[in-house]
Amino acid sequence: MSFLEYAPAPESKSILHLKKDYGLFIDGDFRDGHGTPFTTISPADESPIARIANANTADVDTAVAAARRAYDKTWSRMSGADRGKYLFRIARLVQERSRELAVAESLDNGKPIKESRDVDVPLVAAWFFYYAGWADKLDHAGLGPSPRALGVAAQVIPWNFPLLMLAWKIAPALAAGNTVVLKPAETTPLSALVFAEILQQADLPAGVVNIITGAGDTGSALVNHPDVDKVAFTGSTAVGRAIARSTAGTGKKITLELGGKAANIVFDDAPMDQAIEGIVNGIFFNQGHVCCAGSRLLVQENIHDEVIDRLKQRLSTLRMGDPLDKNTDIGAINSKAQLERIRALSEVGEQEGATRWSADCEIPAKGFWFAPTIFTNVETSHRIAREEIFGPVLSVLTFRTPAEAIAKANNTPYGLSAGIWSDKGSRILGVADRLKAGVVWANTFNRFDPASPFGGYKESGYGREGGRHGLGAYLQSGWSDALPASRSPRPSRAIRPSTKAKPAEKAVRAASKGAAS
Amino acid sequence: MTIEQSVALAPAARAIQLIGTDLTEKSLKLHLDGLSGVDAVGLEARAAGLATRSIKTTSKAWALDTIIRLIDLTTLEGADTPGKVQSLVAKAMNPDPSDPTTPRVAAVCVYGDMVADAVAALGSAHAAGGPTGINVAAVATAFPSGRASLAVKLADTRDAVAAGADEIDMVIDRGAFLSGRYGVVFEQIVAVKEACRRDDGSMAHLKVILETGELNTYDNVRKASWLAILAGADFIKTSTGKVQPAATLPVTLLMLQVVNDWNRLTGEKIGVKPAGGIRSSKDAIRYLVTVAETVGEEWLHPHLFRFGASSLLNDVLLQRQKLKTGHYSGPDYVTID
Repeated sequence: MSFLEYAPAPESKSILHLKKDYGLFIDGDFRDGHGTPFTTISPADESPIARIANANTADVDTAVAAARRAYDKTWSRMSGADRGKYLFRIARLVQERSRELAVAESLDNGKPIKESRDVDVPLVAAWFFYYAGWADKLDHAGLGPSPRALGVAAQVIPWNFPLLMLAWKIAPALAAGNTVVLKPAETTPLSALVFAEILQQADLPAGVVNIITGAGDTGSALVNHPDVDKVAFTGSTAVGRAIARSTAGTGKKITLELGGKAANIVFDDAPMDQAIEGIVNGIFFNQGHVCCAGSRLLVQENIHDEVIDRLKQRLSTLRMGDPLDKNTDIGAINSKAQLERIRALSEVGEQEGATRWSADCEIPAKGFWFAPTIFTNVETSHRIAREEIFGPVLSVLTFRTPAEAIAKANNTPYGLSAGIWSDKGSRILGVADRLKAGVVWANTFNRFDPASPFGGYKESGYGREGGRHGLGAYLQSGWSDALPASRSPRPSRAIRPSTKAKPAEKAVRAASKGAAS
Repeated sequence: MTIEQSVALAPAARAIQLIGTDLTEKSLKLHLDGLSGVDAVGLEARAAGLATRSIKTTSKAWALDTIIRLIDLTTLEGADTPGKVQSLVAKAMNPDPSDPTTPRVAAVCVYGDMVADAVAALGSAHAAGGPTGINVAAVATAFPSGRASLAVKLADTRDAVAAGADEIDMVIDRGAFLSGRYGVVFEQIVAVKEACRRDDGSMAHLKVILETGELNTYDNVRKASWLAILAGADFIKTSTGKVQPAATLPVTLLMLQVVNDWNRLTGEKIGVKPAGGIRSSKDAIRYLVTVAETVGEEWLHPHLFRFGASSLLNDVLLQRQKLKTGHYSGPDYVTID
């Protein structure tokens, strides 16, 4: 027998108390939606998990109204210290129910349980703990004394890190004093609905967080709702562009975290074994469904062959299969549509003349799967070197000098992240300074921390999430209003004249928008 | 400084092949300094990742038996006596009297002056380097400090080989290594390797102990691993067990990576032996996973991987009994040696 064919070690699903039907979480309770419900499936075997309510525009109105009510009556009147208490409580409950959340996430998303267990869920708790600490310290957020919340935040999140993206959105919004309507992705609503149960358990006042499920039209109705003050979106650049267009001139504050085509630069003096690990982690972590994935490997020409050789050896040890098995390294592709996109772009890669190599994995009969793949002989003009594939596909390019590496790394419409591998500190600092990317990792990749701001240049979006900067995205300066928000909630938009914002406030918004762009 | 006599010595053939016939302190240093660096954070993260593998049921049963087969059952005390060695050997031959299917360990590891007692106690079970039975390994070269003249170290080695040791566990001169005198370290390993030669021309297996706890940095461990392999080591071994930290998973992973690099370069297979501090089955299984996923399963054989351990065996036996019977017994249901 082969030791490496480890006996199955599946995480038990029994910890997850699945309901057959999940409603919309509005005003503190689950309720039916008025759209046609849909079924969420496990991408690993296409089996149905649960029926999910679908929010139509009336449901969106109800949710936004609930959030507005909670903002006016409760949340904006509460002291920062008390808001912090709720956030700490949520963080602890996330830790207590971490196994359940990890199972829900892996089941619905297809990512390996070891990633949801060791990365996603611990980071979710960390995010709530971090922003819980900020709730009573907003004077130090960099916006002057007594900054004010924005109001109701509409948040639309993607399917690649369903629960983590929820935490990135909800934690800073609540800490800053906003209320939230959040829409998880159509294919991955489950963990957000389990999280809604946690909110009930935490006794979070009704309406402070509302979670509505549905497809793109639900999201569109939400971000375009007239009573929304802030829009935060993570997802594709195409949708981000549409949101930017439709919210322009409405006075809504907006944060967009979009696509990427990150360069992972390996110099010939890199710590080789760790660089190989970093390349693997950069592109094959979470099946490559990572906006900041290191999908373009830029390797110094003199070590190209060795790197590729070692990379292939390492990829051959990756274990693809049941996402709930604790030894699985590569899980399922999240949806059929995404699998088709990955396949199509890979075929384009071959047609354009790049050399394809895929790890020899046994592909399960059911579900959506794609073997870890690397393309060599990729030129900067190839589509696989320019477009975001959002899958376990690595494009390898070479460079000769640091200057060429920097030029090639920056030669993309995106600018979310980048990686540098070198044993030489001065080179790392010098190159990092010249990379146009929101996050630059040195001798590591795909590491996240709630204290570190995250966001992109160019078509990768604007605004930052995480850290003090992420908090600022949900605040406005207190100078434009004599009274701090905690004692003077703004009147509901619904009863306001159509100009919506007071002139002074509008000017502040315009200025902050100008500064952001 | 030219390493003159080493050019003529067969064990240095590897170095000559790789670096050239004009083997000098300088060429050796250039080679070692040219090795890729080690990023400590990344290495430790990889080791931690490997440690999360979940080894259950049939895989666990296989792993537990394999661990026993890979153990160098060790006693290295100033208080060692022929009686203690006899007891150790008895345990090595029959680890679990309640279960005759229990495999035997790979070797017993003792001080040089105890080799004859170990050989006598083993009797017909002495493998003497053969495929079945149990080997006798001796620590040598002024173990554990290595602070003695080369002449003394060589005499120590020859004594043990003459007494019937099948394997020699030598220590490198860490002082020479840390002061940058790689040539001295190299020469001593070459000379000890030569001292492993028996009258009939065959050679005792040489394990080279790097004492990674004293080398302190991962970069040093990588250099010392290369140095030992170039000088003719059959095995590279982490520690004496007398210095803390002894074997750690990241250090062992790093040494396995060097062994993997050497195999890619030459096709030759070098063994690895973590020693000291591995006390639980859970820990030992993590090492098996690390070996299998770094150099491959073929390394999970006594001629390419060993555990230097004393208390590990009894924990493995307890786990083995648990797997068979479904319940834990207790420390009184395994024998002390």
